[in-house]
Amino acid sequence: MAIKEIKQITGTALPLLLDDIDTDRIIPARFLRCVTFDGLGEHAFEDDRKQDPNHPFDQVRFRAASILIAGRNFGCGSSREHAPQSLMRWGIQAIVAESFAEIFFGNCGSLGIPAVVASRTDLERLAQAVDQNPVLQVTLNLETQKITAGELVIPVTMPNSAREALITGQWDYLGRLLSAADDIRAHAAKVPYLTGWK
Amino acid sequence: MSDNRNLFNKVWDQHAVRTLPNGQTQLFIGLHLIHEVTSPQAFEILRDRGLKVAFPERTIATVDHIVPTASQARPFVDLLAEQMMSAIEKNCAEFGVTLLDLKDKRQGIVHVVGPEQGLTQPGMTIVCGDSHTSTHGAFGSIAIGIGTSNVAEVLATQTMFLNRPKVRRVVVDGKLAPGVYAKDVILYIIQKLGVQGGVGYAYEFAGTTFDAMSMEERMTVCNMSIEGGARCGYINPDQTTVEYLRGRPNSPVGAEFDRAAAWWLSLASGPNAVFDDVVVFKASDIEPTVTWGITPAQSVGVSQPLPKLAEIGAEDQKLIKEALEFMDLKEGQPIKGTKIDVAFIGSCTNSRISDLREAARIASGHHVAPHVKAIVVPGSQLVREQAMKEGLHEVFQAAGFEWREAGCSMCLAMNPDKLQGREMCASSSNRNFKGRQGSPTGRTLLMSPAMVTAAAIRGFVTDIREFA
Repeated sequence: MAIKEIKQITGTALPLLLDDIDTDRIIPARFLRCVTFDGLGEHAFEDDRKQDPNHPFDQVRFRAASILIAGRNFGCGSSREHAPQSLMRWGIQAIVAESFAEIFFGNCGSLGIPAVVASRTDLERLAQAVDQNPVLQVTLNLETQKITAGELVIPVTMPNSAREALITGQWDYLGRLLSAADDIRAHAAKVPYLTGWK
Repeated sequence: MSDNRNLFNKVWDQHAVRTLPNGQTQLFIGLHLIHEVTSPQAFEILRDRGLKVAFPERTIATVDHIVPTASQARPFVDLLAEQMMSAIEKNCAEFGVTLLDLKDKRQGIVHVVGPEQGLTQPGMTIVCGDSHTSTHGAFGSIAIGIGTSNVAEVLATQTMFLNRPKVRRVVVDGKLAPGVYAKDVILYIIQKLGVQGGVGYAYEFAGTTFDAMSMEERMTVCNMSIEGGARCGYINPDQTTVEYLRGRPNSPVGAEFDRAAAWWLSLASGPNAVFDDVVVFKASDIEPTVTWGITPAQSVGVSQPLPKLAEIGAEDQKLIKEALEFMDLKEGQPIKGTKIDVAFIGSCTNSRISDLREAARIASGHHVAPHVKAIVVPGSQLVREQAMKEGLHEVFQAAGFEWREAGCSMCLAMNPDKLQGREMCASSSNRNFKGRQGSPTGRTLLMSPAMVTAAAIRGFVTDIREFA
């Protein structure tokens, strides 16, 4: 399946520099009562937003943001793909954080959302710059592994396998897996528990 | 030549279909468990692309997250839940996947059902669209939670791409003191290594403490690996594993069982096995443990006070303050004596027959405090049936607990079982995240089922060692 090459994301950013944000907070479980991902966008961080009138997701100045600035261990907890789906449908196209939980990171890759890591100091500088100037254009370049925001240039990292898949437009993992169909059948014939442990 | 690979790497190598130039492995998946919440969109992807389920006989479905535990009459009162039930019924029928639905006695929480049915076996690769898939690692399998796109991939190809993680051996040696359970061991490990400590690692739980555990206790430990950031946790197969599997519905029989058992035992990490990291704890340092905050690492021994902000590094203060404020607890205060409103015994962490037996033993002859709502939700219909054969339901009911049908229930509150408002819940589940139990402002204290029972009876957090 032809799929988009993702080399660069440009837009305004939204600072949410909190640690250990779990996927229940990103999308509370009651919104998982659905058979499609449509309509999840409006519920991103719904319960946090209700309890914090100043939640960045509710601030008009960040409403058009496409790059989310997050803290340590972002997306921990449940494996629900509904979490990155809701962020994506909110308008988030890339996430830069101090670190990510593993399943969440993988889910972002499946959806073509670059999830890159930067140092805490750089994230704080970026968050401050965005807070002072919410219309600041922020560019994530996956090829140079840099975020540029006005004068500010910060290095970011992403595991090569995931980064290359985005850059080369090969993040349709299903298509790539299917291309090994014969190898899969041959492999299954060697798995001890599928062959009576003979 | 002795094999110095640990179990994880032996099982990984066995299942590697191919390695991509970027280092990722296309891993064959031996068992795919699915449920109603994370599968409908995956089946839709297959439909869109005109694909079939590649190995329907290696895929098993059940329903657990959204099922009501009070009345299960169809159609469900919750029409969204009813829609999800209809979807999994339709999808399984159309794609040829076995569904253990509410009419099937084998139905229950997916991580209770797999082991109970003997589907979960050592040396397998097991995935499910659910982070607590790590539970199945108790058998010495590679068991990981995946997202819905991955569910579609595994349905269509029985494989997925993964980067090989590092392996950390988490050793706990010694005998657990009375009143200290498997739940306390894993809460303690998470407290020490942090909620992010396991990112990039599989955890091998080893040492005499785990050797002495039953399979159900081992499942409790592995279940919460993900709460420590490790996508997968496992325990090496031994005779306890073999005996648990003997005679299960999906276990091999006769000479085939003997061959299987020999292979299972051969997978265990040997004395020369190599690890990327090793940490060692002492069982004698572990006491009954209770979470006080909004991450599973924010816990203390029940006799200990909550941390004081002055003792915490500047970078963690924000998180601790947020947790104290949400929980309405004070720095340095004791956790013991904290008033509760709800007690929940259930979830894929602690809803198996041994959990219910221990809770019933403690509840026997007592009554739940007048202000507490207490519910017991067995992990599967078969656990429920066994408990009723033993009369445990009568013990619970006489003590004022509600006795429910099987499901995930108030662990994540996707069904009608929810906290209300600011209620404080003593819970045998696995997550104390904000809003986790169904009320956005509801509060959760994680602890062992024994401690939940004691808290239900006293009405406040109680040291099980002082409960009589």
